[in-house]
Amino acid sequence: MFGLGPADWQAIHVTLKLCFFTTVILLLIATPLAWWLSRGRSAWRVAVQAIVALPLVLPPTVLGFYLLVMLGPRGPVGSTLESIGLNHLAFSFEGILLASVLYSMPFAVQPLLESFNNLGRRPVEVAASLGAGVIDRFFTVVLPLCKGGFVVAATLSFAHTVGEFGIILMLGGSIPGETKVLSVLIYDHAEAMNYAAAHRLSLILLVFSFLVLFVVYGINRRFQVVKI
Amino acid sequence: MNGQLHVQAQLRLGDFKLQVDTHWPLQGVTALFGRSGCGKTTLLRIISGLEKVKGAQVHFADQCWQSDKVWVPAEQRRVGLVFQEPSLLPHLSVTGNLLYGYKRTPPALRRLQIDAVVAMLGLETLLERGVAQLSGGQRQRVALGRALLSSPQLLLLDEPLAALDTQTKREIMPFLSKLAQQSGVPMVLITHAPDEVQRLADRVVFMHNGVITEVDGLQQAMARPDSPLFDDEGPSSVLEGELSLPDEHGMSQFGPEHSRLRVQASAAEEQTHIRLRVLARDVSVALDDPARISIQNHLKVVINQLHELPGNRLLLSTALRDGQTLLIEITPWSAQQLGLQPGQQVYALIKSVALIR
Repeated sequence: MFGLGPADWQAIHVTLKLCFFTTVILLLIATPLAWWLSRGRSAWRVAVQAIVALPLVLPPTVLGFYLLVMLGPRGPVGSTLESIGLNHLAFSFEGILLASVLYSMPFAVQPLLESFNNLGRRPVEVAASLGAGVIDRFFTVVLPLCKGGFVVAATLSFAHTVGEFGIILMLGGSIPGETKVLSVLIYDHAEAMNYAAAHRLSLILLVFSFLVLFVVYGINRRFQVVKI
Repeated sequence: MNGQLHVQAQLRLGDFKLQVDTHWPLQGVTALFGRSGCGKTTLLRIISGLEKVKGAQVHFADQCWQSDKVWVPAEQRRVGLVFQEPSLLPHLSVTGNLLYGYKRTPPALRRLQIDAVVAMLGLETLLERGVAQLSGGQRQRVALGRALLSSPQLLLLDEPLAALDTQTKREIMPFLSKLAQQSGVPMVLITHAPDEVQRLADRVVFMHNGVITEVDGLQQAMARPDSPLFDDEGPSSVLEGELSLPDEHGMSQFGPEHSRLRVQASAAEEQTHIRLRVLARDVSVALDDPARISIQNHLKVVINQLHELPGNRLLLSTALRDGQTLLIEITPWSAQQLGLQPGQQVYALIKSVALIR
């Protein structure tokens, strides 16, 4: 299909797997984080918000470099993992998954933060006064009223992970089936002067990205988070 | 319900300082009265558990809701809340909103049933509607019903009428009085409207600049000549008593024997226990019971005190036979002419009364 070879399919598979897990993990982390950020304006919160937004301004190579140093066999995290009998995380799928989570964090936190801010405290307080506990309130009030924010956060996280390149190359290298994602493969194809293959994959990514953004903006307009 | 609500809290927010150590009985309607920004809402948030203020103490009857070691979260306090602005959950229908708290109340604790609340608040025709299709007044009624259906131990109303226009207020007021009398749930009503206090409250907690200055029964609160509960119409008294069925002239009798008022109860009032408001300036004084006079309501009262009011007016604080206070406004000159003294028995001639509940 689309004239793609097995290496292409493998890269697509790695990419989709990476995007899926990144999105799931990000939603789990970003939801409580964005909720906490939306509850106040202390210096702590501002600092955390700035850290979360760092990947927006840093070159991916900077983040990738630090991660490589930290997660590699001689880094503090990598050596600790090895000392307890696990593998260090450089040049592994787990490593680029961690990198993706950090790198796409602002794309999950921002839309959620915005929709939590729009929601305000009132609906949640009402639910609490009516006897709903924290988890209950999340599923019966926050989730339905902020579903637009969740959809946007999930889609952007997914799409942004598809577009990762520098950080993966720094930390993961280009190991087929493990860390070779689409963007890296396109780079490889182009390096090898295999323009036809690069074209096919690039076009797929272009169309995919357009569709994602089209859907996100469509949803954004439709789901104005209801303020009460 | 017996027992008291006890709140102790200190809080500093910029220039604002809240310092409260107070308690009041958990019975009937307690109005929390004061100007905007005096800390009423903050106090209510502390009571309901929406605000966790360090060092605060909240005791509800024999339950400790907050102390140094205890913190009961809002969802376990079983406190019903109605806010100034409509706060219905927009993704649920009217029924969905009404049942939100009901479903989360253990069946053994449910004291109010859906049909009763729907009837009490006149919600029958609204049940299937979406929240967006309701008017402001209807939303507040649904919010009241939703709070009631969670069978709260305490109902906190934060200026529930303030955002409504006069017409809608008039439409909701009867529901609120009905609630106050029939629900059996102790209520705290935040308000800065004297009219709401006079109609609904049994006692008044006066709050000023973050401090509670007084906790009084309604009658005592209104007996003071400078009571903040007097509105633009000047001093007034609230009388409570039983109303008889109307006679052939459409007049009903109010109050105990020997100090009866004849009032025109225009609407067929269902309840017999009512509240009347008498403006002090609508009452005159006579030393003898005048016979040939258009004013039909003559009550024997005893003068307790004479207060000078600004603008060359004099306020008589008098006691009815059953002990209720009736304020009378006259000129100092007529008081002098009649030689009025504390302890003296006179006739209060009441020109008009308003049935407020």
